[in-house]
Parts: sequence; structure tokens; C-alpha cells
Amino acid sequence: MNNAGIGKIQELIYDLSVGDVMKKDVISISPDISMYKLKEVLRKNRISGVPVVKNGCSVGIISIEDLINWLTKKSAGSSVKDWMTKNVVTVYEDEKLIQAISLFDQKGYGRLPVVERKEKKVVGIVTKGVIIESLLREIEIDYHEEEIRRYRMSHFFEDVTADSVTIGLIYQVKGGDVMNGGTVAGNIKKTLKRLDIKPDIYRRVAIAIYEAEMNLIFYTDGGEVSVYIKPESICVNVRDHGPGIPDVKDALRLGFSTAPNWVRELGFGAGIGLNNIQRCSDKMIINSTVGRGTILDITVNMDTL
Amino acid sequence: MKLSAIIREMGFEVVAGKDYPDRTITHGYVSDLLSDVIANARVNDLWITLQGHPNIVAVASMKELGGIILANNRKPEVQTIQKAEEEGIPILLSALSAFEVVGRLWDLGISGSTKNAEKI
Repeated sequence: MNNAGIGKIQELIYDLSVGDVMKKDVISISPDISMYKLKEVLRKNRISGVPVVKNGCSVGIISIEDLINWLTKKSAGSSVKDWMTKNVVTVYEDEKLIQAISLFDQKGYGRLPVVERKEKKVVGIVTKGVIIESLLREIEIDYHEEEIRRYRMSHFFEDVTADSVTIGLIYQVKGGDVMNGGTVAGNIKKTLKRLDIKPDIYRRVAIAIYEAEMNLIFYTDGGEVSVYIKPESICVNVRDHGPGIPDVKDALRLGFSTAPNWVRELGFGAGIGLNNIQRCSDKMIINSTVGRGTILDITVNMDTL
Repeated sequence: MKLSAIIREMGFEVVAGKDYPDRTITHGYVSDLLSDVIANARVNDLWITLQGHPNIVAVASMKELGGIILANNRKPEVQTIQKAEEEGIPILLSALSAFEVVGRLWDLGISGSTKNAEKI
């Protein structure tokens, strides 16, 4: 399985609760029934162990192994309560799946009764088999949904009939809105991912836009970010209405900054931003007129090998 | 090394990203300049900084970093924690100085990003 698949499983075991995956119609027995009867229960249901329950609450657990011990030793009593494991470990139904998995892992248990938090009644059981089954099911559902979404979005270019297709996205950035810095870049990144754009491409576009977005926030009254997605390239246009850059060559020098102190205290304004944009793009053009504003054009080619 | 194991060994206080999947961390980066992090940190790096404002989450998310460590007893702003929860970025706090944090992480086998090894 590839890394993405493993990551998905990790996500699921932290996401799903024990209650989501447990087997609900749990077969249980009373502590007072005989070991003969237990043998029949296990055989009929083709299971290797069963929780022992009294008044709905877990009092123990008994497995084939205990049955074998009883058959070979035949000492002491012959009811389930004499042979069961008493201090049985249970999990709550609202606990995350990872909890159950680490118990299986560390203690080597084969099954764990699941109890609800209020009255501690047994409501289900989890085994390694039950967990694997549920994970496979979840991955399949997720895979399908993602496939469909990806298909819908990524075939956009092929499904539209035109001589050339461009998807245009337009975002507004408010000047001074430091708290929401990066929101536009984040949204663009999300959209590009859905369009099935390759990671190295969407990362470069997102980083370039992030730096441009922060420049709009720190140095202008706000502006507009337009993204044009074509099959062969992504073009980004960022425009504002002032104050403009007096000397673009100066501004492009690594370390050159006109940032006021409050911007620098936030860790910005180190004179690296425009260089980052340049590094991320295949083409970058800045047109700026003092008093009129700045227009930044960035192109990232889809195939940059 | 798993992030959960790093947290245990270093005694970090986890203020965001508790419920997200554990990740494997191999490298880190230290800087308080956000554009510098954008330029030089790598995917999955642990980022050690003094900055606590919400933009650190935007940077970490943009660069797909493995987590943010605030050194020297710095506390993140409330919005920073909210954003980090939304984006699934772990934020860890330490009373140690950035220098101490890096030194101890290095002892645990977390090394520096090899600069320019990867374009972004």
C-alpha cells in the first residue's frame, strides 16, 4: 500500500470511535452456566471467546484457551465463573479506535468488550478482525467519494467543449487584516488540490500567493487576487491601488525591506517575500507606479521538469 | 521519530492538534522570520519559533510542516490555537529556549533540513 493509504488508515483509527466499528449483536454468557454449555456456544457461533455478563455488566471474559485448560485439568468447579478471566479490560464505546488497537498491541488481547460510559453495560465487542473489516469498509467509501470528486473536477478541462478552457478564480484581500492572512492562499491551495494539480505545482502557486497576499495586507488598502488555471499553466494576477513600489529592482534585492517595526515584530518584512515569489514561479512580472498601485503577474507552468 | 514520542521525551505542552494522527518527524527548522521559513523549511519539519500569532499556522499549513514549537515560554494567541485546530497543525509549548529545544531534539535524532535539498 502506498504512503497515502497508510496515512488514511492512521487518520481513521484516530477518527473512528470504538462504537463506530464494534460488533453490536454481541453473544454473551452468564457466569453461572456450565463449561459444557460454553463449549456449545463457541461451537455453534464459530467464535473463539465470549464476554461473561451479569445484569448487563461485564464480569469476565472466557475463551477457547480457558476451555482447553478446563478439559485438561478438570479441577475446581465446572461453571464459567471458575475459569473465566476476571479483571477484564473493557473499552468505552466513545473511545477512539487507537485505544483498542494499542491494547491489542501491548497486552496481546484477542477481544475487548465495549461498554457504555453511564451504566457500564456491555454494548458490543471488538476484535482485530472486526477492526480490519471496518477499516477496509471505510477506506472503500472514502476512496469512492474522493474518486468521484477528483473525477468531476479533474475532467473539467476534457468535459468542456471549447477551443481552450480557463478556470478563473477571484479573491479579495482586505488591507490590514493580519488575522486572516493566508486565507486566500489556503483556499486556492484547496481548490488546486481538488483539480488534481500536482503537489509541487500547487505548493509553489500557494506559497507565491501567500507572500503576495501578505504584501497586500501589510502595505496596501487591499487588493484582488485572480487565478487562471489552464491545462498548460497557472497564471496569477495580484493588483492593488497603491502606494506602489518606487524601485522594483531595489524591492527584489534579498533583504531589502521598507517594513515598519510592527510588521517586523510579527516576523514579516525581512525582505525575502518577493524572492520567494520569484523562486516559486516560472515567470514573474511586477509593474508598479507610485501613487497608482502595483500589478504582479506570476506564471507557474504545469510541467516543469 | 513519532511526534507523540517527541512530545513525551521533551515534555512539551500540547495546545493544538491533539486529536490528529501521529506523524513521523525527522527534521526541523528554527526561525522567527516567516518568509525565511517559507523559503527554507521542508515538508513535515518541526518548526521552532517565538512567534505566536495566527499567521504561523498559515505558514505551517502552506508548507505542510509537521508541527510548531513555541520556545521560551511563549504562548500562542487564542486565534492561533483555533486556526491550528482547523488546519490540523500541532502546536507545542516549551519553557526551554530555542537553542535548548533544538539541542535536545538533535539528541533525539531530529536533525536539520539539508538546505536546498529540495526546491520547496
